Amino acid sequence: MDDIPPYPPIDPTTFDLIVIGTGLPESIIAAAASTASKSVLHLDPNPFYGSHFSSLPLADLPSFLSSHSTSPSPPRSPSSDDPNEFSLLEFATRPLYSSIDISTFSPNLLDQHSRKFNLDVAGPRVLFCADKSIELLLRTGTNQYMEFKSVDATFVGDNKGNLWSVPDSRAAIFKDKSLGLVEKNKLMRFFKLVQGHLAGEQDVKISEEDLQSPFVDFLNKMGLPPKIKSFILYAIAMADYDQEDTGVCRDLLKTKDGIDQLALYNASIGRFQNASGAFLYPIYGQGELSQAFCRRAAVKGCLYVLRMPVTALLVDKDTGCYKGVRLASGQDIFSQKLILDPTFKVTLPLGSSPPLPLKEKLPFFSLKDDKGKIARGICITKTSLKPDISNFLVVYPPRSLFPEQVTSIRLLQIASNLAVCLPGMFVLYISALCNDDDQGKKLIHAVMNTLLTVPLDSESNAAVQSETAEIGSAVQDETSESSSGGPSDSGEEKPTLLWSALYSQELTLGQVDFICSTPMPDGKLNYNDLIDTTFKIFQEIYPEEEFFPETSLENPEVDGDASPET
Amino acid sequence: MHGRPRKAPKPEDEAASSAKAQKLRALQTQFFTFHHNKIYTKEAVELSAKLLEINPESYTAWNYRKLAVEHYLNLPDCNPDSIKSVLDDELRVVENALRQNFKSYGAWHHRKWVLSKGHSSIDNELRLLDKFQKADSRNFHAWNYRRYVAESMKRSEQDELKYAEDMIYTNFSNYSAWHNRSVLLSALFEKKAGGFLLKEKVLPEEYEFIHQAIFTDPDDQSGWFYHLWLLDQTVTTDSPLLASSWPGHGSDVLLVGDRCYNGSAFSPFSALHSDSGSFPIVLYFNQPVGGVNSSTVTVECGFNKNEDLFWKPLSASNSQTARVWVAHLKVPSSDLHSTVEVSVGHSKGIISTRGFVYSHPSMFSFKVHVQPMERDSSQVSVAENISLREENFKVYGTQSEESIIDSFDQLIIKNGHETTASNWRFEALAKEIECFRELLSLVDCKIGKLTLARLLKAYDAMSYPFANKLVHSEEVLELYSDLMKLDPTHYQFYKDEHSIVLLQKVTSSKESLLQHCFQYKDSASSAICDPICLRLNNLSLSRMGAFEKLLWVQMLDLSHNELQSIEGLEAMQLLSCLSLRNNKLRSLTTLEPLRKLKSLRILDISYNQIGDQSIDTTRYVCSSPLSHSVGSELNRDETVTSDVALINNWEAFFIFKDFNLNQLDIVGNTIADEKFKSVLVKIMPKLKQLDGKLLD
Repeated sequence: MDDIPPYPPIDPTTFDLIVIGTGLPESIIAAAASTASKSVLHLDPNPFYGSHFSSLPLADLPSFLSSHSTSPSPPRSPSSDDPNEFSLLEFATRPLYSSIDISTFSPNLLDQHSRKFNLDVAGPRVLFCADKSIELLLRTGTNQYMEFKSVDATFVGDNKGNLWSVPDSRAAIFKDKSLGLVEKNKLMRFFKLVQGHLAGEQDVKISEEDLQSPFVDFLNKMGLPPKIKSFILYAIAMADYDQEDTGVCRDLLKTKDGIDQLALYNASIGRFQNASGAFLYPIYGQGELSQAFCRRAAVKGCLYVLRMPVTALLVDKDTGCYKGVRLASGQDIFSQKLILDPTFKVTLPLGSSPPLPLKEKLPFFSLKDDKGKIARGICITKTSLKPDISNFLVVYPPRSLFPEQVTSIRLLQIASNLAVCLPGMFVLYISALCNDDDQGKKLIHAVMNTLLTVPLDSESNAAVQSETAEIGSAVQDETSESSSGGPSDSGEEKPTLLWSALYSQELTLGQVDFICSTPMPDGKLNYNDLIDTTFKIFQEIYPEEEFFPETSLENPEVDGDASPET
Repeated sequence: MHGRPRKAPKPEDEAASSAKAQKLRALQTQFFTFHHNKIYTKEAVELSAKLLEINPESYTAWNYRKLAVEHYLNLPDCNPDSIKSVLDDELRVVENALRQNFKSYGAWHHRKWVLSKGHSSIDNELRLLDKFQKADSRNFHAWNYRRYVAESMKRSEQDELKYAEDMIYTNFSNYSAWHNRSVLLSALFEKKAGGFLLKEKVLPEEYEFIHQAIFTDPDDQSGWFYHLWLLDQTVTTDSPLLASSWPGHGSDVLLVGDRCYNGSAFSPFSALHSDSGSFPIVLYFNQPVGGVNSSTVTVECGFNKNEDLFWKPLSASNSQTARVWVAHLKVPSSDLHSTVEVSVGHSKGIISTRGFVYSHPSMFSFKVHVQPMERDSSQVSVAENISLREENFKVYGTQSEESIIDSFDQLIIKNGHETTASNWRFEALAKEIECFRELLSLVDCKIGKLTLARLLKAYDAMSYPFANKLVHSEEVLELYSDLMKLDPTHYQFYKDEHSIVLLQKVTSSKESLLQHCFQYKDSASSAICDPICLRLNNLSLSRMGAFEKLLWVQMLDLSHNELQSIEGLEAMQLLSCLSLRNNKLRSLTTLEPLRKLKSLRILDISYNQIGDQSIDTTRYVCSSPLSHSVGSELNRDETVTSDVALINNWEAFFIFKDFNLNQLDIVGNTIADEKFKSVLVKIMPKLKQLDGKLLD
């Protein structure tokens, strides 16, 4: 990354579409546009695919995060003798990550094998077996470039370190040891009601009034006990915010949406014969997805240039319309359309007034969105959080770890059998929505302290310890008396933390405007919302074109082919 | 397989199937030629394989292959290698056939046959089964074969239990897996394997396990099915027990020559009119048993030799097992006061149909008083006309109540050894009752109600000997009434259960029983004192039950009920007068139990539905179709009769020829026309009165 490669000239110099950044939304648009016979140039300043959706070696992750954590002063315009017909608008980068906190507890081991790690920048993330990403992969044949494995189970965690399996299916309810008989009956009847509703059975139809009401009210109306409500809301419907506290809930789930989530979950279980759970995870990490769509685009003629920074936007002096981009090599490339990675923003040259049309649009473009942040954490351990099972999801519902916790915290453990780390190791991805960095840190630390032993002899760990002492101490005391019926054996040692990276990420939304900009990874577990946004952006720039028309199928493959390896 | 909707055939499917049929026909013709000429060449055998691959149901082809295998194995140059290759070929053909049709009986049977030759690896079979059972976890052929394989491999029941459990965890809607679990547990109980020594430890865990399935999905029947097995395991004592007898222990039997007896100190439950010079001893067991004879049951009395007693099973079928056994003691015609001691099971030999030995020997004794006849009995009988009309009944007088109270307790036998052993059974039942009350408070569920009814009934039956009352009978009756409304398709089943519970309730206490006891007093009767009639009329009974408490009954009024069958009535050996007037009996064959009642003299079957249907459907659904029992008794000499009327009414002939009736009412049945009546008179020459008319 350090040595600047010589920039080869790009030929041709005019394209239908230039896409900057190889994150998942950009890659999908590049593939869709190429499929629609557009000429596409796909650039990335990074030497790897995936941008903010990439999976990186252990040593590269901190540098990637920190390179996007500050807003460097815009580079001087390389040349001032611009051709007269264009104005130059220089790109600036946004600070997207903050409070980056890397702790290493066993430096030798990890440094030697840095390349054996594929750490997701936007973790935790999974694919539901029946979600939009899987549909898209199958429809476009992109699945041929990837392999998946099943994430075997979902658990709900508590502040005592117990992991309770989520009774998410008939068989799981039957097998569950934590639910009472009455709870089992109520939960199964609720599932049947939802299934009947979805199947269109008249006698079990959920009324329109109920569908428009908050999901939590509907669950109350069904008489479901708190434990089951929590399972449904946070571990199956994957609600982000505390649904029972309207004061803090920014995203109150409607019954209709809750039921759609349940339907998605239900359709995901058992969709593929060799996937036991509802979720899939790609071998070599989530970065594979972006890469797979890039390959798909390349097959259709998209031109790829990595390690190619762009410096400025070329706009028509008179009309203010977009014309092209200037590359770091100094070459100007022209296109009708441009898609920008959320990293970049356009700054107006000081003192010069922009052309009229541009002036009107720019405020929208640079509008700072106030969607809060997401705190992410990556931990590496040598032992699984749960014996006998290596790949699984854990959800900590709001208020499950401490009273002020208003968002769900999700944790995904991925083992070396998915080629993301050294054999025998485990990568834990943790995330939670938050208002600011401090709140985010507190959420991530709460989970770490509940589940992990954090060694004291770290170089940069002092802050972590002090900050979490208040939460941790209470938790530590209770672990010993955790109920014997609990799935986690209280007698066992907690896994020891080897390495961790904690950071906050801005939740920048995609924008469709003067120039289209793609969104940052969101706080969801899957890609459904991102794919929706991506589709909208594509429609905006190519309203006449179909988004991956059915006829584009080169390899008409049956469902089963997308199924993971066993 | 399950849950896959059937699609309507498309035209191209039909074309394909006719092409297949054509191909099959050609193959078949060729195959039969080989088969008939006993040609077992390689080519011929391969052709049969091809045929089976298309149609695994071709039994002839499987049999042909068996013959071919035998042929090869008997060749002189046959060696272990060639045997193995021949048998491996067979296994391959079966496997291909099973891929075509997983449910082919012939294919599975052929595989068993090949395996039984003992040259093939059995481990391989288990792997194959794992594959097949993963594809269709409920297929009972595969489970059946699995039991065979597990047994041949001597695989432990515990391992198989684990396998079945895993399958249940994958999907608990699996009758086959639950069934296999019950089979394996039974085997472990029997072996008294480690951890399975005590039912009282294992069964509560099993209940806990099945609750998970039932509560998760009460609509799924496989769980209930297993629960029923558990209930049976809880309720049924392994060893059969003597439930009641006639005469009862400690009772005084008065035998009089005519219907009159002197001295009201004798209970109606034990006074008996006998004109045959003998009286029966009836043993009523709690489950069907075999092996009752003069060595397993000894009767000691001064006037009969034990070895002379002949014990006869009383069952609908002619098997040698029954719940009720009877022997007749001959009595001398002189005055007699003697004690009779009966000991049951002191020497081994009584075995239940489930294979358990009668292991709780019991003894009862009673006194016999014989009063010789005072008058010429024939004179009395001629004038006798019993008419069970309302005005002829009188509420049973209180004067003899005391004696009834004493003798009521003699009606059943209390087995003291049950008390200690049954505590866990009580606890298990009580827990189940509580559990299903909770389920029913959550959901309205037919099978849940039925199960609760069964549980309550079982609990009552178990606690009756100690509590002397049926605490839950009202609730059980209500549950069954509810079920009749909720589930009309099974109305008759619930109705039958309802009837039996009602009868148990009636017979459960002396007070309720007395309410149904009436004194028969016909103003026209010449008898000096009045017999007691048990009146169970107008109770809308569809079935009879509670026989163990009714062995003493001599006069029974079942009129105005909804009886379709009188199964079990053969246990009431003392019955001399029976009214079945106004019921729903549909055929003469339903009267079969009456053939075993040797003392029955007066029978009223008027106003039933006998003859309404020309075809007697009960013949095919009853547990005792006449076609089974009668054929075996057929005496050629008797049937060779020139009387056309008898030949045309052979059912009536077989039923009534064994009757010893004086009086019969049959009016109000379709069958009872004048011609039929004349046939009846011919069959029963002793009949004195038919439909109220005296016969010459």
